[in-house]
Amino acid sequence: MSNELEHEGSSILPVQQTSTEVNTPVSVLPPHVLRRADIDPIAATRAERQVSIMFLLSALFTLLAIVSFIAIPVDQYVRVPGAGVTQASNLAVGFTLGMAILLIGLGAIHWAKKLMPDEEVTDSRHSFSSSKEIRQSVMEEIRLGGQESGFATRKIVRRSLLTALALLPLPAVVLALDFGPTPKNELRSTLWGKGVRLVTDPTGRLLRPEDFQVGSLVSAHPENLHDWEEENHNLNARAKTPILVVRMSPEELRSTQGEGWDYQGIVAFSKVCTHVGCPIALYEHRTHHLLCPCHQSTFDLADSANVVFGPAARRLPQLPISVDSEGYLIAQSDFQEPVGPSFWERG
Amino acid sequence: MSNSVNQGPIDKSIDGTVKYLDDRFSTAGFIKRNMRKVFPDHWSFMLGEIALYSFIILLLSGTYLTFFYKPSMLEIVYDGSYLPLKGIKMSEAYASTLEISFDVRGGLLMRQIHHWAALLFVASVSIHLLRVFFTGAFRKPREINWLIGTGLLTLAIFEGFSGYSLPDDLLSGTGLRIASGIVLAIPVVGTYASYLVFGGEFPGLDFMSRLYTIHVLLIPGILLGLITAHLMMVWYQKHTQYPGPGRTNNNVVGYPLLPVYMAKAGGFFFIVFGILVLVSALVTINPIWAYGPYIPDQVTAGSQPDWYIGWLDGSTRLMPNWEITIPGLFTLSLNVLIPTLILPGLMFTILGLYPWIEQWITGDKRAHHLLERPRNNPNRTGLGVMALTFYAILWISGGNDIIAQMLNLSINAITITMRAMLIIAPPIAFVITKRICLSLQHKDKELLLHGEPTGRLLRLPSGEFIEIHEPVSDAKRAVLLSRTELPMLPVPASHDANGVKTPNLWAKKLQRRLSHWWSVDQVPLPTVAELESATEHTLHELSEAQEQGVELTKDTPAPTSNH
Amino acid sequence: MSTNRKTLKLSRFRKHPAAILVVLLVGLFTTGGLYSVGANAANKMTGREAVVDIESIMSDPASIDQGNRLFATGCATCHGLKAQGTSDGPTLIGVGAASVHFQVATGRMPMGAPGAQVMRKKPIYSEEQSLQLAAYVASLSPGPAIPTDEQLDWMDAELAEGGELFRSNCAQCHAFAGRGGALTEGKYAPSLMLATPIQIYEAMITGPQAMPIFNDKTLTVEEKQAVIKYIEYLKDSPNPGGLELGRYGPVTEGLFLFTIVIGALIAAAIWIGVKAK
Repeated sequence: MSNELEHEGSSILPVQQTSTEVNTPVSVLPPHVLRRADIDPIAATRAERQVSIMFLLSALFTLLAIVSFIAIPVDQYVRVPGAGVTQASNLAVGFTLGMAILLIGLGAIHWAKKLMPDEEVTDSRHSFSSSKEIRQSVMEEIRLGGQESGFATRKIVRRSLLTALALLPLPAVVLALDFGPTPKNELRSTLWGKGVRLVTDPTGRLLRPEDFQVGSLVSAHPENLHDWEEENHNLNARAKTPILVVRMSPEELRSTQGEGWDYQGIVAFSKVCTHVGCPIALYEHRTHHLLCPCHQSTFDLADSANVVFGPAARRLPQLPISVDSEGYLIAQSDFQEPVGPSFWERG
Repeated sequence: MSNSVNQGPIDKSIDGTVKYLDDRFSTAGFIKRNMRKVFPDHWSFMLGEIALYSFIILLLSGTYLTFFYKPSMLEIVYDGSYLPLKGIKMSEAYASTLEISFDVRGGLLMRQIHHWAALLFVASVSIHLLRVFFTGAFRKPREINWLIGTGLLTLAIFEGFSGYSLPDDLLSGTGLRIASGIVLAIPVVGTYASYLVFGGEFPGLDFMSRLYTIHVLLIPGILLGLITAHLMMVWYQKHTQYPGPGRTNNNVVGYPLLPVYMAKAGGFFFIVFGILVLVSALVTINPIWAYGPYIPDQVTAGSQPDWYIGWLDGSTRLMPNWEITIPGLFTLSLNVLIPTLILPGLMFTILGLYPWIEQWITGDKRAHHLLERPRNNPNRTGLGVMALTFYAILWISGGNDIIAQMLNLSINAITITMRAMLIIAPPIAFVITKRICLSLQHKDKELLLHGEPTGRLLRLPSGEFIEIHEPVSDAKRAVLLSRTELPMLPVPASHDANGVKTPNLWAKKLQRRLSHWWSVDQVPLPTVAELESATEHTLHELSEAQEQGVELTKDTPAPTSNH
Repeated sequence: MSTNRKTLKLSRFRKHPAAILVVLLVGLFTTGGLYSVGANAANKMTGREAVVDIESIMSDPASIDQGNRLFATGCATCHGLKAQGTSDGPTLIGVGAASVHFQVATGRMPMGAPGAQVMRKKPIYSEEQSLQLAAYVASLSPGPAIPTDEQLDWMDAELAEGGELFRSNCAQCHAFAGRGGALTEGKYAPSLMLATPIQIYEAMITGPQAMPIFNDKTLTVEEKQAVIKYIEYLKDSPNPGGLELGRYGPVTEGLFLFTIVIGALIAAAIWIGVKAK
């Protein structure tokens, strides 16, 4: 501690005296200059008038705000040059109220600047540190109190208290356990499964391979999603099931994630980004690149949806598809790996 | 004063109130001490006030919004007055936000005031923080208030993000989806944490009501408490002031609380409030109706967070795709963890501890009430600009898609450039800033020694021409002389006088080395002798000039040399 | 349309005693004139020039011949004399009339300087010439035809349904307000604000540049009409909250905050700090 420039007791120092008293700042306030309103009664009256006009205008705007609020229906729209068609109530109430508030502020400041005394005053600072004696006695008293309590000497009492206190927050943690269920296998499975048909999103039409031409893009869901949502009334399944179905000419398709997972160049991939879960559908059908709008991870759908750019580390899971006896596109199975962002147990 | 001669009704009521309160709480002493409390006046001292006022406006407008908003994720079919969404399925939360916007008079105005005020709150806190940093206002005795300020900024960002998420529109839902991805990335407990937060799988039905309580009760409560503590400390320790004539480390110069400061601060509240209301009347913010309801399989191009999350979005965009997977065991998503949790955690920790870090380096434990000009502490200023550059690059990267679109650039090229810039630019910014500071120090010394050039030439008897210099004005001189030379720690002794080895010698050596680096470049202040001879020289020059009949701009000043 | 409903309300409201006050009030703070919406519902159904009869041009051998001549002088350098394609331009065999009409009528073809993306510009050929070119290319090999008036009949489509389809099929690239967005490597999805209904339809069925194809099977004619209806709505939709700031989302809002709002507040703070004279 000796090599620190600490000055006990008096923490307020005059500015450091490195090159002697030259460093003492010029210690006189500049002379006070009188304002026009201080000398000239006409100027003072003018300022007074300006201030009161602002306050009166504010009062007028307040009244106008009340009138606009009551008189303008909320669904009335006006065309304002430059801003387009806008909600009349928002514009009128907001403008009048804003002016009413602003004018009080402007008036008050103008008043303070022109008419209130503008001579700067000086106040002195005092050290925050108490005297050495007081500090010493406080330290002594605390020590004494500690001794009287026996906190230091009665080890068993101290340790048992600390144990009790350390355990006490645990119930709060236990309470948190019921904030939600324990994860089971939900993150690894979706509504897709063997024979589940593909339907368009959001219109729910069944899809056939001949609906697609090279370059087509369709956002799709499993056919059973609709019934599931009718029953469960939440979006949990929808957050995992969405797929993108695209068609490219079979020779463009360089690789798929499994043998026979495409159907004549039609491939289906999870629409949920493997980075942090944004839905991705920015598909460029000539490069087969798929860009995530959130963090720009880019996947190559012609090459097993491998990552070609950005922060995502894993390819998009592919959904193996086929056609059923009625000619509709179906899934061969669920995804073979968890969709969406990584999680610890994913492995 | 107490027994005024003019006993009008106002005097009577003042007397009555003072007596009434004093009889019960002995408040007269407190009021006497504080009524004429002096506050220095400078525009940069009002940045914190903007933050305080926008917080008050947030409380007012937010309370109003709670009367209409329904924090429910229950799915309903919209049947309100906004036609483009009629018959669409959406959450009650989103539907009630549409109702506020289209069916409640003044509802849209309040929503816009609330959102603009929220953006302004975080922005003014940040700019206020920069002012405090670059002027060294965080130094002893104000370190703890700096720490509270850091906490306030962190909470403000969380509060902002939670509010951004409540409408449950497509944009905010996408933000929550990202948040859930971040929670999932936490090592070991991420999946469990995510299930606890969302009440099961994302998005579930519980989250909005939980977030709502956090947004309207928990965080505002803590914010309120911390803001109160922040202000009480400013009040008790008195405000810092800029150097100038008559301003020392031992006084505070400004206007008394009653009436001038009260009028100015009160007036400024109305100005901030008024401008926010006007902006809300004229400029759209967060048009949730245009985004549509949140559905986990929909997304819009240009998905962006509000400005204060932009830098984290940027860090996530710039991050290389590092992920460690041990099949059958675990997956560690460094590509998510580093930019969204580790980096901000580190940055805010360094930010909060900065006063102590600088104190440790310089060993300066004196109390400072006079603000330091940024140039007079080149390393601090340099570090600040370096951090700002780092932040700015992350921030710009958060909008790389919008930039690519507006300037017709390649998003990939921007990302790759920014990755390189993130590493290269901050150190360059540090070096440049430090050099600028040092050359400004040189200039200041020149001014003190040789005065200000007047632009008038003087012919010396030798035939040589010199430019006449005038001594700097008293006001400027006071500012220039306010500089405190940066202290340098002595080399630590390896053993003390009794031959005992110094504990933690390596740390002390490091500290000494850093302290040396911190102060070694500074331009030494002129000594008394130098100043005196310089003054003499200038005066001599001036008198010679007068002899030759050179007209001067003002009367030959008598330089303040009371030595 | 929504605007009709609002006009109705407005006219009902004119009989209200406070109407004069409101009018005065509104006049107080707007510099320009104000007029209510919905007055002009011009017939913009197809975005076509009414004078041109598409069916007859497409089947007329003379226009195919004229198209051939235009093609030989304006297009063949890159696309080959028989539209078979060269190293400078792709083959046009099978692209169909819709594609040619889209590319030429939006000014994208003939292409100016090569770049990541061919940009929309002022068309070089007249509407009639575009159609002649389309007729010629379509005569070489069949492909998606220019949409008929029946296909383009979007006026009675469902606006809300269009919005939903737009958000699940278009917003990912063209953004929520149809103002466009960035794609990879300098490519971008253009703003839809200048696209006419026929161009929107043609783009969906032909998939110009990076855009994937939405044929009439994956997105039915009725669905396309709904999408067009929503885009037409977006072009002139109200800004209930005031200035729209380009509808780019939070980025421009942040920019506005840091320039205008903070700028105004700091100016006020400086004014407060300066001593009065």
